[in-house]
Amino acid sequence: MTPNLHLWLIPVLPLIGAAVNGLFGRRFTRQTVAAIALGFSGAAFAMASWVAVRFPSLTTPYQESLAQWIRAGNFRADFAFYLDQLSLVMLLVVTGVGFLIHIYSVGYMAEEGGFYRFFSYLNLFMFFMLTLVLANNYLLMFIGWEGVGLASYLLIGFWFTRDSAASAGKKAFIVNRIGDFGFLIALFLLIKHFGSLNFAQVFPTIASMSPETQGVGLLTSIALLLTLGACGKSAQIPLYVWLPDAMEGPTPVSALIHAATMVTAGVYMIARSHVIFDRAPGALTAVAIIGTLTALFAATIGIAQTDIKKVLAYSTISQLGYMFLGCGVAAYSAGIFHLMTHAFFKGLLFLAAGSVIHAVGGEQDMRKMGGLRTKIPWTFWTMTAATLAIAGIPPFAGFFSKDEVLWQAYSSPHGSWIYWLVGVITAFITSFYMFRLWFLTFFGEYRGANAEENGQAEHARHGHGGIHESPRVMVVPLVILAVLSVIGGWVGYHNNFENFLAPVFRTGVAVSAEAAQAVGSTQPHPEAGSTESLLMGISIAAALAGFLLAWLLYHRRPELPKRIALALNGLYVAVLNKYYVDELYAILFVKPLIDGSSRLLWRGIDQHVIDATVDNGAEGARRVSDTVRHMQSGNIRSYAGWVAAGAAAIIVYMVWIGVR
Amino acid sequence: MVPLSYYLVLSAILFTCGVAGFLIKRNIISIFLSIELMLNGVNLSFVAFAAQWKAFSGQVFVFFVMVVAAAEAAVGLAIIIAVFRTRETLNVDRVNLLKL
Repeated sequence: MTPNLHLWLIPVLPLIGAAVNGLFGRRFTRQTVAAIALGFSGAAFAMASWVAVRFPSLTTPYQESLAQWIRAGNFRADFAFYLDQLSLVMLLVVTGVGFLIHIYSVGYMAEEGGFYRFFSYLNLFMFFMLTLVLANNYLLMFIGWEGVGLASYLLIGFWFTRDSAASAGKKAFIVNRIGDFGFLIALFLLIKHFGSLNFAQVFPTIASMSPETQGVGLLTSIALLLTLGACGKSAQIPLYVWLPDAMEGPTPVSALIHAATMVTAGVYMIARSHVIFDRAPGALTAVAIIGTLTALFAATIGIAQTDIKKVLAYSTISQLGYMFLGCGVAAYSAGIFHLMTHAFFKGLLFLAAGSVIHAVGGEQDMRKMGGLRTKIPWTFWTMTAATLAIAGIPPFAGFFSKDEVLWQAYSSPHGSWIYWLVGVITAFITSFYMFRLWFLTFFGEYRGANAEENGQAEHARHGHGGIHESPRVMVVPLVILAVLSVIGGWVGYHNNFENFLAPVFRTGVAVSAEAAQAVGSTQPHPEAGSTESLLMGISIAAALAGFLLAWLLYHRRPELPKRIALALNGLYVAVLNKYYVDELYAILFVKPLIDGSSRLLWRGIDQHVIDATVDNGAEGARRVSDTVRHMQSGNIRSYAGWVAAGAAAIIVYMVWIGVR
Repeated sequence: MVPLSYYLVLSAILFTCGVAGFLIKRNIISIFLSIELMLNGVNLSFVAFAAQWKAFSGQVFVFFVMVVAAAEAAVGLAIIIAVFRTRETLNVDRVNLLKL
């Protein structure tokens, strides 16, 4: 008999925290609010760790049913949880990184209004995210999926009095709707053709089907629709536009939701649905192409951004592209591996960026930073670790996972050297823009217009002047994440991580002939070792080249970038303006929609048809009653007259009847 | 024997006079008299039919109508006196406190 783990407690604990803070937080002191938020998210993390400790003794997948939810005919969707290696990894990442970011937020948000609201939303997010990763059916997963969208919306628009924040929240929500639409249709197709949404029922059925090698069949349609959903949530082309704007939210939110956890939900969903994707090679190719293009595209935009958070936002999109690439070549464990290390180093990058912004008094423009190396040493060193990790310098975490993705992109049966090449170019660009950020922020002279004046308002509130290191409550999470960014990749040594996840990804695969071949090919060929080393060397070289170029342009010869920008005038402006994608979408979709709504639907149908019907009906009724109301004079004798006239009329009528 | 139609025509004339008086007159007493006239017009047609068909019920009805009319006259006259005492007028158009 399997032990009862009470998995349901893990998501419910943060929910309690959210409810308590949300309902009563207004009356609490900041310490109480922080204690409640940290207590419940910490409890969730402790619980998750406990589950992880117990995990080896479990028979996987472990399932636990909490309560009935929907039962209609043969269809059932319950509040039930599903734990296997994949959800365990996600569970630890979400609770672990989430808890660290909670701690950090206590320091970061200390001076902000709406303290209790912030932590209530943050805990709510944890609840939905944990529901998402623990769900045992697609419908419950969808609840979590929509819920994290809601939490994301609330937190992006946290400073809702700022117009840009409010509209960024709306943008994120609406763009995600497009993806969710695809996800929902995929769920309908699953219900229609398999009569269930439970992982444990759907996947074995699908596993017995053969791959759709050509054309678009049922599985390919489902997979493509799921991909659309994942593109929305994970900010991939063409739905990535919401993520850069989402940086309007407080920095810990960017770290938790828009870097470490929520945006990786799409990758998780694809990995979770790997049984479907394995049998839909067309969809896999689509995922790989989307991932590759997004990685390159977003990375190039990242080069020209000057807002420190925007650089990181585009970097996130780009790294998510890597994860998609990993999933797209059916190397799901590589994608999930990169997801995990990315959660560490990107979470850290955002938190460190928040610490920098905090230090310089709210300034986000890198051109006004510089020389902060000695002033905020903790932030500098932790950020250095994260930068090295994302750039893919061994032995930092990002190197292992990125290299795994690139190697799989090259060697997997679904892979191709093109994916690999684009991936390496992206790695070079990644390294370049990250070191650009690093040099601009921490080296050279301080370029803030006037440090004191710049941050005076902020500092007056902070109660201390000048550029300063963040309080310990912010530094400690930075250090922990920095350690994870350094050593987090080592779990991938000797394919350990892949082997850990293998039971999840092999169960379905082994059934199909093609996949059996895929499994065979992951065994190293005699010469694969040397090829792998060669490719690894090239990607390290690309990372170093990026570093050197950034060093040359932003440290050695800081006047060069301007000349290059001038030389590449048109291209530079295009990149600076993010290739005008927002403008393009505005022309293609937003404007026609608004025009259609305002001209056709509002002025045309609403005003001229619906309103007109009602108005004219009312006007007609008014006119008729205006005429008829003279009967109601209030004069009794006129009423009597009407009675008499009516009686006479009846008599006349009856006489007429009788005569006829 | 006087034919039935004569009675009915007389009854109709009386009733019409009553209605006309009710509609035209302003004085409450006159209106009251007009109502009595209408009632008696109806009474006449009742008894005429009763005599014609040798039916007893028509006559009984007339008694009822008379009783009710007497009661109504008693109440109505009391109201008229009360109205006159307070308003010092018997013109119905002036007694319009309940009118909007």
